[in-house]
Amino acid sequence: MTALITASSLGVRLGGRRVLHDVDFRIAPGEIVTVVGPNGSGKSTLLRSLIGAVRSETGTVTRKDGLRLSYVPQRLQIDPSLPMTVGRFLDLPTPATGAARQAALAEAGAGELPARQLADLSGGQMQRVLLARALLNRPELLLLDEPTQGLDQPGSAAFYQRIEALRDRTGCAILMVSHELHVVMSASDRVICLNGHICCEGHPETVAQAAEYRALFGSGTGGALALYRHEHDHGHAHDHDHGHDHNHDHGSAPRHDHAEAG
Amino acid sequence: MLDDFLTRAVLGAVGVALAAAPLGGFVAWRRMAYFGDATSHAAILGVALALALSVPIFAGTLVVALAMAFLVAHLTDRGMGADLLLGVASHGALAAGLVAVSFVEGARIDLSALLFGDILALGKGDLLVIWGGGLVVAALIFWRWRRLLTATLSADLAFAGGIDPEREKRILMLALALVVAAALKIVGALLIGALLVIPAAAARPFARTPEMMVAGAAVAGVVAALLGLWAAWVFDTPAGPSIVCAAVVLFALSTLTRLRG
Repeated sequence: MTALITASSLGVRLGGRRVLHDVDFRIAPGEIVTVVGPNGSGKSTLLRSLIGAVRSETGTVTRKDGLRLSYVPQRLQIDPSLPMTVGRFLDLPTPATGAARQAALAEAGAGELPARQLADLSGGQMQRVLLARALLNRPELLLLDEPTQGLDQPGSAAFYQRIEALRDRTGCAILMVSHELHVVMSASDRVICLNGHICCEGHPETVAQAAEYRALFGSGTGGALALYRHEHDHGHAHDHDHGHDHNHDHGSAPRHDHAEAG
Repeated sequence: MLDDFLTRAVLGAVGVALAAAPLGGFVAWRRMAYFGDATSHAAILGVALALALSVPIFAGTLVVALAMAFLVAHLTDRGMGADLLLGVASHGALAAGLVAVSFVEGARIDLSALLFGDILALGKGDLLVIWGGGLVVAALIFWRWRRLLTATLSADLAFAGGIDPEREKRILMLALALVVAAALKIVGALLIGALLVIPAAAARPFARTPEMMVAGAAVAGVVAALLGLWAAWVFDTPAGPSIVCAAVVLFALSTLTRLRG
């Protein structure tokens, strides 16, 4: 299967500091890949170089021809002098029909928001609006930078369920950065552990057992991961008819200690 | 019936208000108010250079204002603090312009006109510059509207949507230099920034979308231009500052109305 986007020996320098080096990365259609790593490990920079927002010092980023890509930034700071309704925001940069906007908002769980001012939204509402805007593009690849920052645990669990359902329904590949290792890992096909370069990658459970991963995050997540473990070995690329139930209630899972990155 | 010079003054002031409106929104949203000041102060240097080199004043101000805008933007991108840098650039350009003007021989420059405008001395050529420049600015911003807005919201969202935010920034700078060159004769180098920012600020409390804010800024700008000219005529006050005062009154009214309502 051809990759949607491929980075080879990618190196990025920001303000004289080497942020990424020797990163080889590819993502296949329908794949959910999560990037974990400590603060300052280059997670956001990796996403930003994939969308073309930072220039690479070495290596290349190649996209599939005509790739439809959407990006959800970590946060969106709106200057208070800028009046902007949610509906109008969804029209940027490409105008959409009212029906398409409403459908995207509904899918992102923000159906009641179109007339609200962007500046008045809470963190969680803004996150859903950003997701709705990303969906309007009917992306083949969706990039999410810490999409659940500022959400409580049930909120972020619901968000990841939404993402997983989206992939299952549309076959859209998803690349996200996260700090919430325990929740994310259960929803990922592949985890990349980043710290300037790719320390280790693979199936979530493989990565969780890897020495490199434990060196970065400690072993506290091992137990947490077990709680959230579920069968995830389905061939998902274009298979929209899953035999198993995806409605795990992450939110009501038992409390436990886990090592948060950063 | 309006005297001929007064007709030209009205047409000139209204033209500049309309040209400044779409740009004023971006100046506010992108926090470019002091950037606009630095650029308009550079216009004085442009006038001096134009006279020294015997080229049209409009061309001189346009080129120097554009050069100033690009220089400041370039240095800001290199990591220098924007606020500090703009302080240096804004005052530096003003001082350098005043010194340069003193080198231009003879009494060919009326310093007060340069600083505060000389709207009652508008010629037909000036009107052409104002309306021509204004139309180019309006066309530029209309053409790039969605891309400019996206880049203003977030550079990363722009990149992801296939938009180069740096290019959009350069387009805004070109529009800014055009407005500065067109407005110099109306309000003078010191108050061009006011013409950009104050009508937009007056429109903000009643705007729900960026388009409404630009339309509101155009209305506020035109009303301020007419009120200011009328006040200047009746009370024999300088026209440029009177227009800016009228705009401030509109801003105060708009803000108070909103706070009460």
